[in-house]
Amino acid sequence: MEGIISYGAHIPVYRLDRKILNEVWERAGKGEKAVANYDEDSMTMGVAAARECLKGMKKDTIDALYFASTTPPFKEKQSASIVAAALDLRGEILTADFANSLRSGTIALKCALDGVKAGTARKVLVVASDCRLAAPNSADDSVFGDGAAAFLVGKEEVAVEMVGDYFTTSEFIDVWRLEHDKYTRTWEDRFIREQGYMPHLKKSILSLLKIYNLTVKDLVKVAFYAPNEGVHRAMARALGLDLKTQVQDPLFNRLGNIGAAFAPILLIGAIEEANPGDKVLLANYGDGADAHLLRVTHDIEGIRDRRGLKRNLESKLMLGNYGKYIKFKNLMEMEQTPDFRPRTSLPLLWRDRQWVYRFHGHTCKKCGKIQFPLQQFCMYCQAGREFLEEINLSDKKGTLFTFSIDERSPVIDPPNVLAAVSLEGGGRFFSQMTDRDTANLTIGMPIELTFRRIHDALGVHNYFWKCLPARS
Amino acid sequence: MRENIKDKAAIVGMGCTKFGERWDMGIDDLIVEAVNEALEDAQVGINDIQAIWLGTWQGSQPTEGSIPTGIVASSALQTQNIPVTRLENACASGIEAARGATLGIASKAYDLVLAIGVEKLKDVGFGGLGVLYPGRGEVVYGAFSTAPGRYAMAATAYFQKYGFSPEEGKRMLAEIDVKSHYYGARNPKAHLRTEITVEQALNAPTIAWPLGLYDCCGVTDGASAAILCPSKEAKQYRDDYVNIKAFGLAASPGWGKERDDYDFTWWDATEAAARQAYEEAGIKNPRKELDMVECHDCFSIAELIATESMLLCEPGKYREEFTEKRAYYHDGEMPLNISGGLKSFGHPIGASGCREIYEIYKQIQGKAEEPSRQIKNVKLGLSHNQGGHPGRFICGVCILGAP
Repeated sequence: MEGIISYGAHIPVYRLDRKILNEVWERAGKGEKAVANYDEDSMTMGVAAARECLKGMKKDTIDALYFASTTPPFKEKQSASIVAAALDLRGEILTADFANSLRSGTIALKCALDGVKAGTARKVLVVASDCRLAAPNSADDSVFGDGAAAFLVGKEEVAVEMVGDYFTTSEFIDVWRLEHDKYTRTWEDRFIREQGYMPHLKKSILSLLKIYNLTVKDLVKVAFYAPNEGVHRAMARALGLDLKTQVQDPLFNRLGNIGAAFAPILLIGAIEEANPGDKVLLANYGDGADAHLLRVTHDIEGIRDRRGLKRNLESKLMLGNYGKYIKFKNLMEMEQTPDFRPRTSLPLLWRDRQWVYRFHGHTCKKCGKIQFPLQQFCMYCQAGREFLEEINLSDKKGTLFTFSIDERSPVIDPPNVLAAVSLEGGGRFFSQMTDRDTANLTIGMPIELTFRRIHDALGVHNYFWKCLPARS
Repeated sequence: MRENIKDKAAIVGMGCTKFGERWDMGIDDLIVEAVNEALEDAQVGINDIQAIWLGTWQGSQPTEGSIPTGIVASSALQTQNIPVTRLENACASGIEAARGATLGIASKAYDLVLAIGVEKLKDVGFGGLGVLYPGRGEVVYGAFSTAPGRYAMAATAYFQKYGFSPEEGKRMLAEIDVKSHYYGARNPKAHLRTEITVEQALNAPTIAWPLGLYDCCGVTDGASAAILCPSKEAKQYRDDYVNIKAFGLAASPGWGKERDDYDFTWWDATEAAARQAYEEAGIKNPRKELDMVECHDCFSIAELIATESMLLCEPGKYREEFTEKRAYYHDGEMPLNISGGLKSFGHPIGASGCREIYEIYKQIQGKAEEPSRQIKNVKLGLSHNQGGHPGRFICGVCILGAP
């Protein structure tokens, strides 16, 4: 049966302790939420989740990539195409963005499943990612978190069968952003709960169970979306679920509501701890609702090494203060330093796309040395281009050879850590280091690579790779 | 058939502005101040000059994309349609101007020429040099890198390679800073003229760890100028002229820090430029034969690694030579940066190469302004000037000597 072959998640390393928000706004939030670093957006987080999902997977049978988000970095310009390049996928595939709805992730999952069932795609990669912004001091300011989830959908070696689903649509309006809105807008929470969330989600779940002649007692885990913790609990009770055993922890106090990626990442949380044979239910809400019946297979054992929800949650750095949150989320106009006028050149980035996006280096067929970035001549033996064979280096692990901590660099979150990274098997990457704790940098420490937004020079997002201390 | 340039060109006059934050002076004022001193020193007039080489990185950076040309010099000096070549090799632009002028004389194309190095850095509205980019993919590769950030990587690597703890390493660099300021304080034209202590250096704000404030050179306005003629004719101008013995210039392939075998603590282009110059000058044992060295210490770590890379010190032994043998003081075995160096004298990018030559010229003549800074019996000196950053250097070396 068709279903999920692999999964991957990305939760940004930074967490904001809600005490910091409480101090600034005199509120009473509990726990913490995940906050994207200043160089992350929904696209880069999606790339990170997808790389985890594709770990050890063949890429040449992926025939489509769907990117789902309510916060794609470009309003016009596809995100999926850049995600595909960063993943070093083939050019001859279908890419599509699914946007605007909090259900875009599960809608994309359904489309992927349909494509695989129809035989028009062998495998489809689905990436859901969001970093929504609520107005400072709004209720959602404290609730919203950032994160991404990815699934590889196909027919063979399926770890989680997608047994069936039930979709509804609805013109109900509860949360929205107008064309130029930076922050979400919302109607009264009681209206949303009583007329929107509760009846819509309940209907999808119960209709699906009815079709398959099941009751909630037959489900080992239920992973479902809710706008906040109170509403989530209300739904669990309304469905008659055992709160302790059946409900996938919604993690409002550790992660926050991560929008279009929320239900998908909760599904990852459910399946990464599930046993073969377990029935799992996934349900999502927004512009209607959908519910999905899934069954875990023995192939789940083969993908237990994925960095799913649990490992992502464990690896974290705390944001030190609200000032950092302001900078990461661009909440305030900051002083412009006259010395930094970032530049970009789209022709230059296009010419160098093989290493800027795909992180290709080359190996010299004459002297055997691996090098990055791509060159006209071998750095070591000066052999010409005809001797240089392009190879992907983005999945290489590395070690820190040397570094500096530049306090004067006009990055959004100084200091700028400059790193020389020795890649396993050869190659050296001169790089900015991100997601780092500057008090814990040591030569020789294990390093990974990550695709990030470098700057917004000339009004366009410019992406490239950085390094970071390896996450556990 | 190529000929050696040794002893073909002589410096017969030099000038150097007061280095510093010259809020009162534009780039043309700086050029005039330095050139007037040089003309007076050589006892010639501007109309006697047949050609000019001008070294500057970005001139005065008046507007974005405004590239300085030779007119920066001709308009300042009101020369009337003579050749002016503007040269740019980043921080090595100053020595390149002197090299161009020397080749002009050695080729017998001219009888009397002028080399100028100048930079007006303080008209831009910020401290430091701003952000530098490497060559390829420059918009994203190495974005937000600064000069201190890049040199600091070499310091981290040096500490690691030679077994210094960060504290020991920083202390070693602080001792270099103290020396620079000791001599800068004794040099009237220097930018930073305050002596400091090791503790002050260690407790100063971090610029790019492990480099602190005093590990970094001043951001300085200034100009320096040299008048050259064929050595055979130098006596017409003065008895204590100084001969050019050699130039070396090495542009690295630029992909050093990307190589697995590059360790940041040995600078190939620096070694190559020095070897070219030693060969041209016929120097077999530079450490013994050179009486003084002015090296491009834009950062304390640069003085250390450049000295080792120019074969003036065994690799990893700088500290021993410096703190135990006291070899690099004015009365030591190999006086090093007795001007105060770039760190204390200041570093107006395009001016520094010429300024180093000015220091050696004055020391050979026995005319260091402050007697406590005068090195005894200088016959042969080396000026080292380099642009770029570890792994991507363009390095110039000039050797000067008494006739």
